[in-house]
Amino acid sequence: MFENAPIIKSTKEFTATRNACKLCAPLGASVAFKGIRGCVPIIHGSQGCATYIRRYLISHFKEPVDIASSNFTEEATVFGGGANCDRAITNVIGQYNPEVVALTTTCLSETIGDDVKMYIHDYKKNSELKDLPAFVTASTPSYQGSHMDGFHEAVGAAIKAFAKGGEKGTHINIFPGFVSTEDLRQLKYLLSDFGIEFVMLPDYSETLDNPIWNTYKRIPEGGTPVSAIETCGRAAASIEFGTILNSGALSGRVKNTKLSATGAEYLEKEFEVKNYRMPLPIGVKNTDRFFNVLEEISGKEMPIRYLTERGRLIDSYADGHKYIFGKKAVVYGEEDFVVAMTTFLDEIGVEVVLAATGGESGNLEDQIRANCPERGEQILAKNMFDYEKIREWCQENKPDLLVGNSKAYYIARELDIPIVRCGFPIHDRIGGQRIKHLGYAGTQDLFDQVVNTMIQYKQDHSPVGYKYM
Amino acid sequence: MDAFINDRQNSILTKGKDNAAIACGKASVAGSVSQRACVFCGSRVVLYPIADALHLIHGPVGCAAYTWDIRGSLSSGPQIHRLSFTTDLKEKEVVFGGEERLYKALISLIDTYKPKGAFVYATCIVGVIGDDVEAVCRRVTREKGIDVIPVMSEGFNGTKKDGYKIACGALSKLIGTDTSFEAPEHSINILGDFNLAGELWMLAEYYKKMGVNLVAAMTGDGRVDDIRKAHKAQLNVVQCSGSMIGLAKEMKEKYGIPFMKVSYFGIEDMSDALYEVAKFFKSEEMMEKARKLVTEEISKLLPQLAQYREKLEGKKAAIYVGGAFKAISLVKALRLLGMKTVVVGSQTGNVDDYNLLKDMCDDGTIICDDSNPNELSEFVKQTGADLFIGGVKERPIAYKLGLGFCDHNHERKEALAGYEGMLNFAKEVYASVCSPVWQFMK
Repeated sequence: MFENAPIIKSTKEFTATRNACKLCAPLGASVAFKGIRGCVPIIHGSQGCATYIRRYLISHFKEPVDIASSNFTEEATVFGGGANCDRAITNVIGQYNPEVVALTTTCLSETIGDDVKMYIHDYKKNSELKDLPAFVTASTPSYQGSHMDGFHEAVGAAIKAFAKGGEKGTHINIFPGFVSTEDLRQLKYLLSDFGIEFVMLPDYSETLDNPIWNTYKRIPEGGTPVSAIETCGRAAASIEFGTILNSGALSGRVKNTKLSATGAEYLEKEFEVKNYRMPLPIGVKNTDRFFNVLEEISGKEMPIRYLTERGRLIDSYADGHKYIFGKKAVVYGEEDFVVAMTTFLDEIGVEVVLAATGGESGNLEDQIRANCPERGEQILAKNMFDYEKIREWCQENKPDLLVGNSKAYYIARELDIPIVRCGFPIHDRIGGQRIKHLGYAGTQDLFDQVVNTMIQYKQDHSPVGYKYM
Repeated sequence: MDAFINDRQNSILTKGKDNAAIACGKASVAGSVSQRACVFCGSRVVLYPIADALHLIHGPVGCAAYTWDIRGSLSSGPQIHRLSFTTDLKEKEVVFGGEERLYKALISLIDTYKPKGAFVYATCIVGVIGDDVEAVCRRVTREKGIDVIPVMSEGFNGTKKDGYKIACGALSKLIGTDTSFEAPEHSINILGDFNLAGELWMLAEYYKKMGVNLVAAMTGDGRVDDIRKAHKAQLNVVQCSGSMIGLAKEMKEKYGIPFMKVSYFGIEDMSDALYEVAKFFKSEEMMEKARKLVTEEISKLLPQLAQYREKLEGKKAAIYVGGAFKAISLVKALRLLGMKTVVVGSQTGNVDDYNLLKDMCDDGTIICDDSNPNELSEFVKQTGADLFIGGVKERPIAYKLGLGFCDHNHERKEALAGYEGMLNFAKEVYASVCSPVWQFMK
């Protein structure tokens, strides 16, 4: 009944992006700000920005996601959004009584040159309220980079706004990047098991994945308190997941070609907090790297529980290796996620043939070469790709497996390629926010899923319904 | 009701308590977590189902990414509408202009996808950076020989409702451009149905059985060439009046085509939608066919509904949907299931809609315009609702508070219109309200 989209043989150069494999910066910033305790984000722009972003996040997290809007009108566009900004702050304070109000800009407010920092300054000066919340603002025009650039911009902004120096403590900072709420919880358990005191930013493990409520909570529980962020400047070290981070925001810049520092970079420069930057700990190699750093920082040994997890994971690698060896996979999504997933698939014998992202850093290829030294040369790594380019590439090259978020499902369906759903967003299944990716435990889940997906594909396409693998 | 926004007090009323008219049709209050989107959204959702047109969003990536395949609008043929195209503007274009990029994007997309027409949506910054979208569209129209229609839907330029108007303006540019077509007798256009879960196909089938011909559906399973012929129909049948009534009025003025407002939700309104059309054509034969159809469908449906009604009798529902016209039908449909409406509101209703709702509902029912999660959750708690009917953004509010939910927005996968739809609706409401999972959440 339905026609499929046209088959385009030669991948021609489009000036249009077709089914973007990225989102805009204010989305990432909103997620990051949701990870601060008592924080209500306000998107300074048109009503649609906040509503679309909420809808997109709600479909993944299956949670109420309250993000306010300063609701630009034509008047605000012509004369500046200061009055709207003020009213939005006042109304948010009145309704939510937040600990923190976080403003993120949009393409509109940035283009007309709104100075949100000044608005906040004036608001504080003129307000008659006694206990004003804390304020933080991130500059996130959607014409600069993708949602990941917005995410890291917001994390950096929170650190710059709140972190203070002073006598060094023994705690560490952990900057996990945009991972699942389950990943955040796993990281917290892991660090606690290690006996390491830490501040994690952001921490939306509860705010975007709350248990059932008796009464509606205007601001969900959880998140990193501002008081904890203040101590980041006195931490013994920072661990920052991701090696590409916000460098996509440089793409297409005209006015300002300086890259904002990430939270960890800023702390290192400003307060001499040593930064351990590393890829997301997915796979044995990258998780080992993470544990080595934890051992180094804490002077403690890996708790026995994780040693056993690691052993069990490698044991399963043996059990499952044959079903996936040499299978050709396409990995797509956010840049740091793609690098980590590719590294993991590489270590288990899956041949990543295309690693694609809508991100714009231009560093994806380098990072993949660096992390997959043996096979890296053969992996086609593509920045600024979109789903239609991925689809056309798959049509021609017929990979065995797609690994990434749910948005490529239409490609999987059309071309009959199995798909392992992971990363963000997962819009067509429940539990996307609870997918584990990180550490030995996360890798175990991913490994089982990759192997079982290949087994199921074979089983489904076999004339014999075999009962043993 | 503490800690609501003061400016919004007049947009909330309780039947039997407040006598003033509800304040509606206004821009959302800054700082409110409105469930509405923007002008662009209004235009985009109306035009989206036109399946053989190219929909290109001129702006940075977000607006296109968030509206990719957003509606469950089915097409019986081409699927171009399900692709999300954007010029993906960067700072370079923001500074130096995006016209060239737009032009190139249009040319390459038209060459590849060979659409029958194209809509170019201007987003917030396009006007601000001074791109002459209309000029680019004219140029490409000339060069490619298809209509390339600018949709000047900058997000800040009003409310979602204004976006509807702009979309209607775009449709109006196509209507009347096929001058050779002659419509058969008893021809109608269906306005304001978006073929969610194939609903339009069901409706078209009902009308076909009555001997009514469909010229153009706007915009469900829509085709550019059908829309060109729409001026030849004898009647416009308008659903979702919020989005399409403007176009119907314009067509009446321009082409003398009368229109009627209908709803396809619930048995009463669905049957009326058929009878009214038969009445319009003054055909006894058609009326007879309509009666036969309705009788057949209802005699099939009612016994099946009985089991659900038995379980749902006396349960309370909260409704918060896009358009108030739909809310009115829902109140009736719920009544058929023995359920009472205790909260009803919409993003874009007008005073007449709300007055009608006030007349229909019992004392104590809360009626609201352009509400937000804080208010909605409070209303649900106050009234002890068992069911929430809304869209994706309302779903987690309902679930978090432990009540059933029915998705009546454009993402739905089950047809809810027509007689079959009424049964689906009953099944869905039953499956949610009567699920045993709520026992753990009280």
